[in-house]
Amino acid sequence: MTAVAAAPPAPAPEHAPERGGWRRFAITAAFLSPALVFLGAFVLYPIVYTVVRSLFDRTGGRFVGFDNYVTMFTNDTTFTAIRNNVIWVIVAPAACTILGLIFAVLIEKLAWKTAFRLIIFMPMAISMLAAGVIFRGLFQENPNLGAVNAAIVAVQGWFSDDANYPGAGPREGTGIVADRGVISTESAVEPGSVQNFPLTGIRQSNLPEEATDAVEVEAGDGEIAGTVFLDVIRGGGGTNGEIEDGKSGLPGIRVDAVAPDGSIAGFATTGAGGEYTITGLDAGQSYTVALPASNFDEGAQGVSWLSASFINAVVILSYIWIWAGFAMVMIASGLSAMDRSLQEAARMDGASEWKVFTKITVPLLTPVLIVVFVTLIINVLKIFDLVYVIPPGASKPAANVIAVEMWTQSFGGGNNQGLGSALAILLLVLVLPSMIMNVRRFRQEKAR
Amino acid sequence: MNANRQRRAIVISAVGAVGLTLAGCSGGGGGGGSDIEGDFAGEELTVVAAWSGAEQENFEAVLDEFEAQTGATVRYTSFGDNGPTYIQGQLEGGDPPSVAVIGQPALMQELATNGDIVPLSDEALDVVTENYSQDWIDLATVDGETYGVWFKAANKSTVWYNADLYDEAGATVPEDWDDFLEQLQVITDAGYAGISIGADVGWPLTDWFENAYLRVAGPEKYDQLTNHEIPWTDPSVAETLEVLASLWGSDLVQPGGDQRDFPTSVTEVFGAEPNAATVFEGDFVAGNITADGNSVVGENALFYDFPAINGSAPSVVGGGDVAVAFSDDPAVDALMQFLASPEAAEIWVPNGGLTSPNQGVDPSLYPDDVSRQIAEALTSAETFRFDMSDLTPSAFGGTQGQGFWQEMIRFYQNPTDIQGTMEALEAAAASAYAG
Repeated sequence: MTAVAAAPPAPAPEHAPERGGWRRFAITAAFLSPALVFLGAFVLYPIVYTVVRSLFDRTGGRFVGFDNYVTMFTNDTTFTAIRNNVIWVIVAPAACTILGLIFAVLIEKLAWKTAFRLIIFMPMAISMLAAGVIFRGLFQENPNLGAVNAAIVAVQGWFSDDANYPGAGPREGTGIVADRGVISTESAVEPGSVQNFPLTGIRQSNLPEEATDAVEVEAGDGEIAGTVFLDVIRGGGGTNGEIEDGKSGLPGIRVDAVAPDGSIAGFATTGAGGEYTITGLDAGQSYTVALPASNFDEGAQGVSWLSASFINAVVILSYIWIWAGFAMVMIASGLSAMDRSLQEAARMDGASEWKVFTKITVPLLTPVLIVVFVTLIINVLKIFDLVYVIPPGASKPAANVIAVEMWTQSFGGGNNQGLGSALAILLLVLVLPSMIMNVRRFRQEKAR
Repeated sequence: MNANRQRRAIVISAVGAVGLTLAGCSGGGGGGGSDIEGDFAGEELTVVAAWSGAEQENFEAVLDEFEAQTGATVRYTSFGDNGPTYIQGQLEGGDPPSVAVIGQPALMQELATNGDIVPLSDEALDVVTENYSQDWIDLATVDGETYGVWFKAANKSTVWYNADLYDEAGATVPEDWDDFLEQLQVITDAGYAGISIGADVGWPLTDWFENAYLRVAGPEKYDQLTNHEIPWTDPSVAETLEVLASLWGSDLVQPGGDQRDFPTSVTEVFGAEPNAATVFEGDFVAGNITADGNSVVGENALFYDFPAINGSAPSVVGGGDVAVAFSDDPAVDALMQFLASPEAAEIWVPNGGLTSPNQGVDPSLYPDDVSRQIAEALTSAETFRFDMSDLTPSAFGGTQGQGFWQEMIRFYQNPTDIQGTMEALEAAAASAYAG
């Protein structure tokens, strides 16, 4: 960077041979030296040392050439980190800038603009770490913990009835099976016979109050009867699949008799002892007896937002939540400094608001937009705190970025400062183009 | 070497003198320990350990007893959780403590190899041999020399269960792994998840693996795998993963484990509204249960030992704190002997919070049944092995998102992929051990 900044030819006093020149050089050097020493010790030396360190192995004793750089792109973990950084750079700065632009332009037309700006800017006042904790809380999978899933579950809850026995299943080896939530007989049942349903997976404490001990029933002609009961005795014991003392009937369960063509030939609802009788069946037919899934529906479940598939979206969203406010404030200040006569003129000529926005406002704002965009790119490349805080351990690798990986390798237990240094150099190289762009632009502006 | 031998000769003669005095004064006290009595008045010793708060008070009571018996003054300093850094700093400053109690065998090994700590005197070794099982002595041995006295131990082979739920479902304490799965099925039938696992980070899963591996493959293979003398693609690893898959791949486990952190998994079992009946981890779970406050350890929060697999002998995976001496001063040696004796541990044991690996300690002194059961499981185990992930390079066994931790999470998420898990573990181990 120093090389780039020093590139333009300037009168170099140190080449002047006369005494006065030396004197001037000495004075210049004296004034510059504190800054130079500072820069050398805290910027230049660390960079040079990092480059050197990146060519050595984890102990620092063996020269390995560019092995660390090769590892960086071949190792799964580090490669995911690099790939994620690319996603970040593509999505986050653009999203922040566009959102910031929209907010800035729209809010300008509002009456309470300062209040709205304040609200959108407020996330900037929160530390990244705290913001990370907030987002991790919001997106917890358990609807009792995460606000987002709580909302989803609540909305879905409005559209579906509560099942009586969520999560219940058939007792294995008793001739009944569960398929996509429907519990049914394995083979067809003929009218006049008894079909019991021993179920498991229901807590004693969740049984309805009216439930009594399971009652055995008999089936008459043209009837299928039986008992739906909880095949578990409080405290254990008993024989699986048998109706015995201490096993509770399950009232309120709908039982269907399904004909071979799939139509429902009859149904009944179980009584307090779990007993049911389906009447009016054709004696020459046989039926599959099924307990529909609505009895056992576990209801809406939370989305696993923090799992490997969604984690990057969640972390990037939290970043946008914070930095859109920054973009908005920068762009709003650009807007207020803008000469409005052009917009006025365009409107007089009958341009639509959209035309005014795209053809006049945005082009005039371009310098500000570029500053915001480039600043955000640099910022995004270095992203650490949010990625460190939000993902739970299991999805950390999926959310990894270069800065976090650099820290993990060097200080977080990886014990490999060689690879860590190589990652740091990669980060530096990635940041350089945007830095150079910024420096160039500053110089152009000065020249103007 | 010459100087070393000379120094050792002096130690032995000095200790011999002390030993004579000691022999004259023994009497009383139980468990075959040695009563330390010697005149070390005016001697000043420094002891450092991680313990602070209540643990510090209890340990200081132990040291007070030593002071009372010998007249020496012992200064205690807590280094919190910065043990390695603190001790390195003291060594570099040229002022090491007399005795340090450390939790990392690797640190002890490093100090021993660098010659910073001195081996136990013959007398101290006698006390240790009398009171400790061979596994503990081996753990304190570097290159054939025994350096340390294990003062505190942790039992990581405990399976905690909610007795209310076990009673409601009619489940019993299992006899072995197959019975374990059956009992968890009984609980699942009763509407609760059989077991809750907090697999949000990898360490609880590595403890699962270590316990299963020690039982499936036996202690020799455990040591070989720890030192990476056999690869992670060894058939014994496959067998262990199959055992774990028989549980992790079943519906006995509460769903959503890879999004649940460990404290939450304890709350799922012992909280106000329990959803699962069992949780596996070390003896420290008792602390989590007490902190949660909805269940009482010893009443409805009980534990059983990690179930045997294929008829394996009682085995314990655990951790501990080992005392090492930085000088061969007779007073320091006397302190090491004291720490190795049952009397020292018996001062702390009744106050709670100490599980002693010392077999001479009277079990009736433990303040409650649960802590007694933990200690008895530990001292009566035929095999004790240190937590494997604490013995492997930290890049492999102690880094979030990598190596052992991460591969176990992946395996938890997909328990059918045994071959892929072994290959990934071997690749991670190969690169970590190579450094």
